[in-house]
Amino acid sequence: MVTAINNVSVKGKQVNIVIEDGRIRSIGKATRTGKGVTVIDGTGLTALPGFIDMHVHLREPGFEYKEDIESGCAAAVRGGFTAVACMPNTKPVTDSPYLVKYILMRAAQADKCRVYPVAAITQGEKGEQLSEMKKLKDAGAVAFSDDGVPVSDSRMMKNALLYAATFGLTLIEHCEDKSLAEGGVVNEGENANLLGLPGISNAAEDAEIARNIVLSEVYDAPLHLAHVSTRGGMQLIREAKARGVKVTCETCPHYIALTDAEIAGYNTAAKVNPPLRTEKDRLAVIAAIKDGTADCIVTDHAPHSKEDKDGGMYDAPNGISGLETSYAVCYTTLVESGTITQERLSELMTYNPAAILGVECGRLEKGGLADITLVDNGAEWTVDPQKFASKGKNTPFAGKTYKGRVEYTLVGGKVVYARREEI
Amino acid sequence: MKDLLQIRGLCPEQINAVLDRADEYFSLVTAGKKPFPKLKDRSVITLFYENSTRTRTSFESAAKYLGAEVVNISVGASSVQKGESLKDTALTLDAMYPDVIVMRHAQSGAPHRLAGWVRAHVINGGDGLHAHPTQALLDMFTARRHLGTLAGRRAAIVGDIRHSRVARSNIYAMSLLGMQVRLFGPKTLLPEGLEAMPCTVCSSMEEALEGCDVVMALRIQLERMKGGLFPSAGEYNRYFGLNKKVMELAAPGAVIMHPGPVNRGVELSHDVLDTDICLKDEQVTGGLCVRMALLDMLINKEL
Repeated sequence: MVTAINNVSVKGKQVNIVIEDGRIRSIGKATRTGKGVTVIDGTGLTALPGFIDMHVHLREPGFEYKEDIESGCAAAVRGGFTAVACMPNTKPVTDSPYLVKYILMRAAQADKCRVYPVAAITQGEKGEQLSEMKKLKDAGAVAFSDDGVPVSDSRMMKNALLYAATFGLTLIEHCEDKSLAEGGVVNEGENANLLGLPGISNAAEDAEIARNIVLSEVYDAPLHLAHVSTRGGMQLIREAKARGVKVTCETCPHYIALTDAEIAGYNTAAKVNPPLRTEKDRLAVIAAIKDGTADCIVTDHAPHSKEDKDGGMYDAPNGISGLETSYAVCYTTLVESGTITQERLSELMTYNPAAILGVECGRLEKGGLADITLVDNGAEWTVDPQKFASKGKNTPFAGKTYKGRVEYTLVGGKVVYARREEI
Repeated sequence: MKDLLQIRGLCPEQINAVLDRADEYFSLVTAGKKPFPKLKDRSVITLFYENSTRTRTSFESAAKYLGAEVVNISVGASSVQKGESLKDTALTLDAMYPDVIVMRHAQSGAPHRLAGWVRAHVINGGDGLHAHPTQALLDMFTARRHLGTLAGRRAAIVGDIRHSRVARSNIYAMSLLGMQVRLFGPKTLLPEGLEAMPCTVCSSMEEALEGCDVVMALRIQLERMKGGLFPSAGEYNRYFGLNKKVMELAAPGAVIMHPGPVNRGVELSHDVLDTDICLKDEQVTGGLCVRMALLDMLINKEL
């Protein structure tokens, strides 16, 4: 199978890319034509290594009414993602090898993007007993997390870190001090107070990040911190990294682009955990992206049904359907604004997540894996959730306009998404 | 105006118009003249998801004195317990063509959601920690009757601001009518984000009460002791309760208000309870008249 992408921009140069058997055969003047060659006209488009989202919720098994692996993968490739790592808070919780294999089988059937299962740290995400981590790894799990809930018991977290380190496994921790966060539904502060909603303090996230840094440092075990949203959290991580602590972290497009002003009018689409914070936090998150404190941008894609989100600010579940807006939000807020370069965005959205998960990612070089996203950075578009491939239409980005549109997504050289086929 | 969901966003003229109409009803009601058939053939539903005696009874009496039909729904007696969603309940009730739905709910924002689903006027009868607009209106009505003009007057709200929809509504009502608003309470009971509201947070009872014309105490829920928000009723009374001595800090002729029900000897000591400066019972009559005025003006499109 041969694919040729002609006249496309790669790091500012107009080139042709030839892909054969899932790898890049050449980048330069050479191209291919003829029978059996898929030719893509790349005029006006930029080629990027395919995005990897190391934090999504595909909801299958158990919550197929919110999303299933097929719709989630369709959403992923529509957002330019060539690989996603899916969190284990399914029903049942992904804590057994057969469930990991089930997810991989369903992903193969969907045949869109690569899917890397994340398995639970503790059985049932209950925080009481470790899951069979090595067996899960051997079945295909790439990392471990109790995402959705933290491993609250510090001794359990310590043991999880040490056990995982025995086999070189990656742990991802959701940082939330439950006793501080209890009862809160949005960020604590002016906007919560105006609406009379119980708030979640930055302290709930910062305190747990601090604990996790201490454990990682004292036991010299690597740890990845999920969806960091606070200025205090980023500062703790910055200082830890400077001391050589083996922590890495991620943040999300909504913490980069939005604040808790979005909750006005009791907008449940803006209810997410950690909550949307203040402008000070948003700017601190961007500063952390700029100076390298933040390693990755993930969507924390959390699709929900309309009925789920209709439940009011207290009962509505947390989460944003984020796969299909991530690139445009990040490109507009970070690259177009001149805050970071396009190459730095590739580190955040491709290279670093791949390195943390220990998986191969697309590389725009001879011999590189042909997981490629073609974007039109000049195209402006307005977010319309009804057009999402995801079942989850829940997004606070609805109606907002961004620059940067995904035009093609290729996984292993195969076109898995082409916007022109949608029109 | 279709709905009354909160005080924030109203203008002083609207508030004064309701208070003026309430004055008229006050004269009539206290003279023993009722009912008035201004809302004959109209219907009011009270939909209460939280227990309430005074507010529900006040709305019911107000509607009945004006000749309206009233249907009371409380959670225990409705299909809410069968798991019917708020939206389904709203659409069902609205299909019966009520003129007004008065709603109380433990969740902030519930009346906003209701208002988006129904044709009927929605009056917020208290939602979570957010707002209790008719309480603020009756407080302003009572204060105005005692002080005359409110512009330039000083008010202090003392106690559990964090959990108080009464405080959140009164801060705006007082401020809209030109009063200076001060708050005082233990820091555990002051919410974050008060800077965005038109009020000043004080660091002592002296600072809060000095020269005040109105001092409002808020009901404290004694079970909050268990969560570490304050240590005991006795300590609360001593440092955050109102009594004759601390009222000497206030302006001469200052009055005490309380949304009720009072924990006697906690928020208010016995030497001020049941005295002329404590207006808690007059507030109840004011509440009736303000709600009559509001129902009348909403339904007859005068707001």
